[in-house]
Amino acid sequence: MKLDSKVPGGPLAEKWDKHKFDIKVVNPKNKRKFTVIVVGTGLAGGAAAATLGELGYKVKNFCIQDSPRRAHSIAAQGGINAAKNYQNDGDSIWRLFHDTIKGGDYRGREANTYRLAQVSNAIIDQAVAQGVPFAREYGGEFANRSFGGALVSRTFYARGQTGQQLLLGAYSALMRQVNEGTVEMFTRREMLELVVIDGKARGIITRNVITGELERHVADAVVLGTGGYGMAYYLSTNAINSNTTAIWRAHRKGAAFANPCYVQIHPTCIPRSGDYQSKLTLMSESLRNDGRVWVPKKVGDKRHPNEIPEDERDYYLERKYPTFGNMVPRDVASRNAKAVCDEGRGVGETGLAVYLDFKQAIEDFGLQTIKDRYGNLFDMYKEITDENAYEQPMRIYPAVHYTMGGLWVDYNLMSTIPGLHVIGEANFSDHGANRLGASALMQGLSDGYFVLPATIGDYLGSEKLDKVTTEHKAFAEAENEAKERIEELLSIKGNKTPKQFHKELGEILWNNVGMARNEKGLKEALEKIPKLREEFWQNVKVPGTANSLNKHLEFAGRIADYLELAELMATDALHRNESCGGHFREESQTEEGEALRKDDEFTYVAAWEFKELGKWELHKEPLVFENVTLTQRSYK
Amino acid sequence: MEKKMLNIKLKVWRQENKDDKGAFKDYEAKGVNPDMSFLEMLDELNEELILKDEIPIEFDNDCREGICGMCGMVINGTAHGPKSGSTTCEIRMRHFKDGDTIVMEPWRAKPFPVLKDLVVDKYAFDRIMAAGGYTSVRTGGVPEARTSLVPRDDAEEAMDMAACIGCGACVASCPNASASLFVGAKVSQFALLPQGRPEAAKRVEAMVAQMDEEGFGACSNHAECEAVCPKEISIKGIARMRREYWAASIK
Ligand SMILES: Cc1cc2nc3c(=O)[nH]c(=O)nc-3n(C[C@H](O)[C@H](O)[C@H](O)COP(=O)(O)OP(=O)(O)OC[C@H]3O[C@@H](n4cnc5c(N)ncnc54)[C@H](O)[C@@H]3O)c2cc1C
Ligand code: SF4
Ligand code: FES
Repeated sequence: MKLDSKVPGGPLAEKWDKHKFDIKVVNPKNKRKFTVIVVGTGLAGGAAAATLGELGYKVKNFCIQDSPRRAHSIAAQGGINAAKNYQNDGDSIWRLFHDTIKGGDYRGREANTYRLAQVSNAIIDQAVAQGVPFAREYGGEFANRSFGGALVSRTFYARGQTGQQLLLGAYSALMRQVNEGTVEMFTRREMLELVVIDGKARGIITRNVITGELERHVADAVVLGTGGYGMAYYLSTNAINSNTTAIWRAHRKGAAFANPCYVQIHPTCIPRSGDYQSKLTLMSESLRNDGRVWVPKKVGDKRHPNEIPEDERDYYLERKYPTFGNMVPRDVASRNAKAVCDEGRGVGETGLAVYLDFKQAIEDFGLQTIKDRYGNLFDMYKEITDENAYEQPMRIYPAVHYTMGGLWVDYNLMSTIPGLHVIGEANFSDHGANRLGASALMQGLSDGYFVLPATIGDYLGSEKLDKVTTEHKAFAEAENEAKERIEELLSIKGNKTPKQFHKELGEILWNNVGMARNEKGLKEALEKIPKLREEFWQNVKVPGTANSLNKHLEFAGRIADYLELAELMATDALHRNESCGGHFREESQTEEGEALRKDDEFTYVAAWEFKELGKWELHKEPLVFENVTLTQRSYK
Repeated sequence: MEKKMLNIKLKVWRQENKDDKGAFKDYEAKGVNPDMSFLEMLDELNEELILKDEIPIEFDNDCREGICGMCGMVINGTAHGPKSGSTTCEIRMRHFKDGDTIVMEPWRAKPFPVLKDLVVDKYAFDRIMAAGGYTSVRTGGVPEARTSLVPRDDAEEAMDMAACIGCGACVASCPNASASLFVGAKVSQFALLPQGRPEAAKRVEAMVAQMDEEGFGACSNHAECEAVCPKEISIKGIARMRREYWAASIK
């Protein structure tokens, strides 16, 4: 396997325009002859399917939910970045690029990140034209805010429902294409296998989750926009149906998996309350604009927060990072929360929480202003915890939120399997080792609306694609693999439910491949995960049958894939003996306990090629920085 | 403070598939922590059922935070259950008392056929959207965002309407199984924004026609929909849809 990033030459700012000119463009008359499969209807998949349809391709679009509008992207709250500089506060494409590459701790590809910043403005134009009701000022101009550690106000938002509104925009464009007949929509389908013929991605096997039927779909190219793999941890902010199956099955068929250990743990989530917990709820990061994070100075101080006097509180982010204070990037905020809890200063019943306090903000701006800004979040907090955050500080704790790692792709967003393209959170491309707030939505839509629809033409226009049908033996083989796996899962009839295994795996990952990692813990994980996987295949108890709606069968299949992926996550984390972004190796820190990169050794993308279960070959894509200087991140 | 755990009786609609007649079945949920979500209570019950070699209860859900619109069932006669402004997944068990009986049924409306247990097919909503729930713009071929100003009040009102999650509770609660609140919300969002105006007439006619074709009933102003809507969409949306429809028909 050879990794060719295909980054075009020339000055950074001109690469994308030049590339679009240089690559092949498919003749409009021929587009109808090409079928493209798009798996996923989130921001990435939905935008791509709609745009490819508009361009004239024949598109088949798939999602697990009952409607394309329900993809996990719908849950994004905070906002989307763009370099419009409407606030005239010194923003620019260059600054957005620079913040993103620095925020990613210099483990991203320069050219991709620059392109993302470049395309960001067109996304806002697109969404507005679709009728996305972004927040406005009285005069009709856009309201923007600063988000997630940015020093400029470049974030566009639609109340606390930005993801929903952007997705509904993409979804409406998609449904227009469904109506026009360019896109054929397949809902309640789960992709279980990728079909590779002559080394090229030519189709997928899906299961109709209502009837259980396995189906074959053939195409000239396949696009995966299937989201991240944070659900490997069991508890996360992700939607219940989020999964790794699509990208994992593609990985097993030859798509390299890049940087699987880069996982983002979001600092402001509602802490877990009990063993029954099924997901963690994010409290928007925007809360950190006004809330102050603290824990008691004394270890084991169990007093009610309102009874702890000012001078016995430790506003540790403000103390340690005077410039950024409560607004430090996510990885820094999360790690510090863990550190104070490890010291025994955590709060709440479990001791695994810190306070986010609005008392000062209410005094400064008045109760009504705070209600206007965050009312819905405070209500949600009240409903979940039964506590009133206007009267006492919120309790928050970090939770798994986003995965920067994903399938390796080149500048054209094509994986190491020709014809297989990967977009959105499912790829690894733009965020390095840590993603900044409000830039996942930007990336999903950039990939979906603007990048992929252009670059896929290069593949379709230049590759000689033989005619194949679903009768090809590769389809039969792939279908059979899926079928056998399902039958085996149902036949084990063991003693533990799929969820019990998922929880156990989640514990291992959270403890050993979580916010802070070390050699001993990672090696322990690498022993425990294969054992758990073995036990799973002997002792799982999957109810029901294959030929009806059977959620627990779906879960079991996904957990089987997590049990393989988890081993790769730990392998990658063990090999990367440096700290960068979301990946903190305890062995590699500065004297003050900050993440310490080792640029001489690790300035590369780790792309893993699947050999056999539990065995991978590491390929390195060196990261070359021609336009930025690598510095130690400092938010002091 | 020690929390008091709850014991709850459940009557759950079980139906094998579209063609099956279906019936209620009784279950018991014991030792329920009041902080649990309603769906977590069902998760726990399902875990027990699996271990007892019984078939778990199927119910749709995804985000579990009230935004995707996938969940939804009639709980004790009310769509989405006892707390107004909430989806089924947002309900916590503290809204129930020890010893309560909870009756759970799927949405019941002809255009939303039951697929299994509490799972229904809501794709009729997507077909309505496909008929006209968009602005006809192509990717890339759009003006710079700032060229049109949108007064804050209009943007806010459009957002009130755009907040609809497409859950279908409005239909399930309506004696006529009308989809007017859903359609009214979408029509209003676009009607309130300059980007939506050019196609306003065509859109409202197309969406209303599709709504009728799907078999949703007519709105006779019961306002049950507004009462159960988890996003508290106002029936002003229906009024606006009528105005738009009327304006379109005299053109
Ligand atoms: C609570 C929350 C808040 C967030 N807030 C923000 C924010 O404010 N700003 C920001 O920029 N980012 C935010 N993010 C991150 C952002 O929402 C996601 O990274 C992004 O939406 C992912 O989009 P996607 O299109 O790549 O994938 P998804 O939206 O996850 O879509 C995946 C699609 O693939 C389909 N799919 C998956 N697997 C299969 C399969 N095997 N077969 C068939 N179909 C499949 C699904 O059905 C779905 O349609 C947030 C994330 C969370 C969890
Ligand atoms: S109008 Fe309300 S009840 Fe009806 S689909 Fe939308 S959110 Fe659900
Ligand atoms: S599961 Fe998404 S709204 Fe309830």
